Amino acid sequence: MDLTLRVWRQESPEAEGRFETYRAVDVQPDMSFLEMLDILNEKLLTSGFEPIAFDHDCREGICGSCGVMINGQAHGPQRNTATCQLHMREFSDGDTLVIEPWRATNFPIIRDLVVDRSPFDRIITAGGYISAPTGSAPEANLIPVPKETSDAAMDAAACIGCGACVAACPNGAAQLFTAAKVAHLNLLPQGGPERRSRVERMVETMEEYFGSCTNHGECESACPKGISLDNIALMNREYLLSKIRSR
Amino acid sequence: MENQNGLDAKVPTGAINERWENHLADINLVSPANKRRFTIIVVGTGLAGASAAATLGELGYQVKAFTFHDSGRRAHSIAAQGGINAAKNYPNDGDSIHRLFYDTVKGGDYRSRESNVYRLAQLSVEIIDQCVAQGVPFAREYGGLLSNRSFGGAQVSRTFYARGQTGQQLLLGAYQAMMRQVDLGTVELFTQTEMLDVVVKDGQAVGIITRDLIDGTIDSHAGHAVVLATGGYSNVYFLSTNAMKSNVTAVWRAHRQGAWFANPCYTQIHPTCIPPSDEFQSKLTLMSESLRNDGRIWVPSRSGDPRPAEEIPDADRDYYLERRYPAFGNLVPRDVASRAAKLEVDGGKGVGPLQNGVYLDFADALGRLGEDTVRERYGNLFDMYQRITGEDPYLTPMRIYPAMHYTMGGLWVDYNLMTTIPGLYALGEANFSDHGANRLGASALMQGLADGYFVIPYTLGGYLAPRLGEKTVPTTDPVFEETRSRVRWRIEGYLTGGGTRSPDWFHRELGKTLWEHCGMERNADGLRQAISAIESLKEEFDHDLLVPGDGHSLNQSLEKAGRVDDFLELGRLMCIDALHREESCGGHFRIEHQTEDGEAERDDDNFSYVAAWGWTNGEEPILNKEPLEFEYVRPSRRSYK
Amino acid sequence: MLKNRGPARNPLMRIPILSVYRTDTGKKYAMAISGVVLLGFILGHMIGNLHVFEGAHGGEYRIDEYGEELRELGIQFFPRTLVLWAFIRIPLAVAFLIHIHSAYSLTRSNRAARQTRYQSPRNYLAADYASRTMRWSGIIVLLFLAWHLADLTIGVEAVNPDFVRGSVYHNLVSSLSRWPVWVLYVAAQLALAFHVWHGAWSLFQSLGLNHPRFNQFRPLFAHTFAVVVTGGFLAVPVAIALGIVA
Repeated sequence: MDLTLRVWRQESPEAEGRFETYRAVDVQPDMSFLEMLDILNEKLLTSGFEPIAFDHDCREGICGSCGVMINGQAHGPQRNTATCQLHMREFSDGDTLVIEPWRATNFPIIRDLVVDRSPFDRIITAGGYISAPTGSAPEANLIPVPKETSDAAMDAAACIGCGACVAACPNGAAQLFTAAKVAHLNLLPQGGPERRSRVERMVETMEEYFGSCTNHGECESACPKGISLDNIALMNREYLLSKIRSR
Repeated sequence: MENQNGLDAKVPTGAINERWENHLADINLVSPANKRRFTIIVVGTGLAGASAAATLGELGYQVKAFTFHDSGRRAHSIAAQGGINAAKNYPNDGDSIHRLFYDTVKGGDYRSRESNVYRLAQLSVEIIDQCVAQGVPFAREYGGLLSNRSFGGAQVSRTFYARGQTGQQLLLGAYQAMMRQVDLGTVELFTQTEMLDVVVKDGQAVGIITRDLIDGTIDSHAGHAVVLATGGYSNVYFLSTNAMKSNVTAVWRAHRQGAWFANPCYTQIHPTCIPPSDEFQSKLTLMSESLRNDGRIWVPSRSGDPRPAEEIPDADRDYYLERRYPAFGNLVPRDVASRAAKLEVDGGKGVGPLQNGVYLDFADALGRLGEDTVRERYGNLFDMYQRITGEDPYLTPMRIYPAMHYTMGGLWVDYNLMTTIPGLYALGEANFSDHGANRLGASALMQGLADGYFVIPYTLGGYLAPRLGEKTVPTTDPVFEETRSRVRWRIEGYLTGGGTRSPDWFHRELGKTLWEHCGMERNADGLRQAISAIESLKEEFDHDLLVPGDGHSLNQSLEKAGRVDDFLELGRLMCIDALHREESCGGHFRIEHQTEDGEAERDDDNFSYVAAWGWTNGEEPILNKEPLEFEYVRPSRRSYK
Repeated sequence: MLKNRGPARNPLMRIPILSVYRTDTGKKYAMAISGVVLLGFILGHMIGNLHVFEGAHGGEYRIDEYGEELRELGIQFFPRTLVLWAFIRIPLAVAFLIHIHSAYSLTRSNRAARQTRYQSPRNYLAADYASRTMRWSGIIVLLFLAWHLADLTIGVEAVNPDFVRGSVYHNLVSSLSRWPVWVLYVAAQLALAFHVWHGAWSLFQSLGLNHPRFNQFRPLFAHTFAVVVTGGFLAVPVAIALGIVA
């Protein structure tokens, strides 16, 4: 199939960006979206142009490096799918694909489709962990965890930190990312001792960088791992209780 | 050239089960107050790197951690699906530290260092405790206790798992522990920063040279010790299951500075990957080996059978693994399963549009367990398969084929994980240590975490303690200047090449050559051909490389050029190593050395050693041998029949 | 860009439990709680309106009596209208102000979080019309409220020249008989419907009230509430238009 691509090009964080139009011809349906970009890049490079910069690594939908807006949707049209797992069979001959980077004030564009997502690391640094210094752990089976709890924690822990939730949110909010980590750790008994300071610090760090949640649900739809909006309710509850109890 | 002096692995004495403990008792300690006076550089933040950085930070060392990713959570450890082994014996099925040790040595085809493997088996138990305490959501039984499953190469269930995302959960655990130290100020994390050289002064590692990938700044970092945890080099084959950015650069530049490279030809092919669909394929996707627990592997008995899989009756199917290896069946080790698949496909029985796969069939499991159970166990893998191929594995068998997956070779390290450059350590897949010639499933995560959480924090003290009071070498020192300018000169070279071909083109060519001649099967002629092909490719690379853009901003082609350059040199060394090793063992299968029924034939009399190669600046590499002695597991022919 | 949150200037915000309002999450609680108060109010108001349909008893319209009853709440113990002011009007005004202030500052925060908008059209999957227009439906309701108070509560001459204090029925019919006012009322009710459609669900999320067993009823509740309240409110203008109430 032949496609028209309109791709956001921007040389540096300060530079003015613009859409450039490219033709992608003979695209195979079994190709992945990023392979289609690889081929375009190879052509650009050998014709003396700079290839389109985009972030990617594992191409298995787990490292969370990739992610662009495709036709106004974070990670493109297929639900529960990261950009790298999107295949060209989702598109048809003659389609125009508009490809734009994630946009949020605190996800500044580094180049073309690459953005800086370091605020996510800062949210984790502010309490997205259980303090268990190496060597201090008790025997693993000493703490039984009900299967339902463990499964719910795992559901939340599946987050890959790609930033699609922020990108998709009309408010540029990072609630789903933050809530997934709060839920993962606060649901487990091991996370109990730090649950209040964790949620307070993480939420307050999140708010330094991102917008607020108005419960649109766009994040949940864009999430390649299907992280549930319920986690946000859980985080809100934990934060409220923590504020009430710790004073 | 060959160096006949044996390598000293500094293995402690005593009975094997007491060696680690004896060693810990003997090792020098650094007092808590003095730890902060030491700066440790950790390169790579995968399982090994992040766990090391976190633990060293907890101990009080000043840690500088480096990753070329934008976050400490992206390393390819995250993609490990199946699980992590530990000799907990929770299922009460006869597992023990000794059995895990035995399985690993045997699985590695008797080419690993016994003492290291035993230590790994001992530490496996603590890893699970540590990870559970961190909140890793391992699968559990209804009673709330941890669940186990079986895995290739073992007859017990000792694998702990978190759905199909075990690597992700373990890495996030280590990453979070590391970020906690970042919060506490003991670890300084440098993201988007690639290590491009090790600085060696008076024979000791004293720092590294890095490049900021965003603005191109070349920087120097001094430390009392440098820890490399930069993963393996499967991407030398271009097509592998590794992440696109995984590379050998840190390890290779260290090798060029004097760290010996051990067993480069020991590479592992993973049997259950999705076969390539076209020539544009950028990477291969692995499907967890755990699928072999319930899936049955077969090909049509008649080559070129045109019928769709569902319409081929049992009588016309060849369940070749079950037929050839009745004891282990579909659960034979990876190297055995891979070669068997290659044999079938080469024999014309391949399935799929390009006839490049074999079937992995869940029809029996779906009938026996029901769709819900299968979905619970493998749902995410089935979904992934469907997304990639457009086929529904609940209805039609998956197609799988082996792909490059893991490299057992790596920097030679002693029992303390120190390379041949004092002060330079290598952890995880970056070192050669524990898996011999073949790694068993669910052992990579175990090794990465054992090295990072439980080995390096102790052994590093032994190196540092006598150096108390020594300052780090200032980065203005001539040795830093010199290394920096070498790095700059290299980058300039790529940018001013002015050729016509992209780094990817060279990478792809190299990959094809290696896959053909140094892949699942090797022979002397092919390897010689490959060596000369790689040499001319390297020459072409030096003259015909095209890298657009500049060195002062994000330039992914420039990053790639440096990595491909190193792969070209490594590829040649792999072939040299494969050529010299006149035997078959584990992942290294020399066609000339096989038994009558096509199994690997080792030559223990002549090749029971680790081949550690020294760099000679373009001359032929020097071979150094570390003899392997087996006191506890008698080498025998591996049999999974 | 980093949002700066230095020491609180407002002394109220130094009170620990109130200081939660300084955070966006805290503002969401405030918005949800004030929203609950306002939902209660509009439900009560809507039910009260239905007295219109009871017509007149002994020369007095039932709804006029109801208006007087509200003013005479607690008359046994307190002066006339004190209870109405102290327990209904002032709390409502406070709830309104909190609702509006939190909406204003959250909107600013959200705008700041994405200073450069997407340069290509968005394709929304989950965000519905109601959720994306909360700001606008809110502003419409606010403007309407101003008109409504001037029209039927205070009786500003310019807004409602026929206003007679205490004659609720008369005021209602005379005002809604003018077609531009009628259109305004109907439009405002529809805006309110959209606002409640999303808001009455959203508040559960903001307050962290979720449970797998009742989650599915949260949107059901919101949508039912929106339909019932709007239906009740619209009944009056529709009845006037049809001549059922005259």
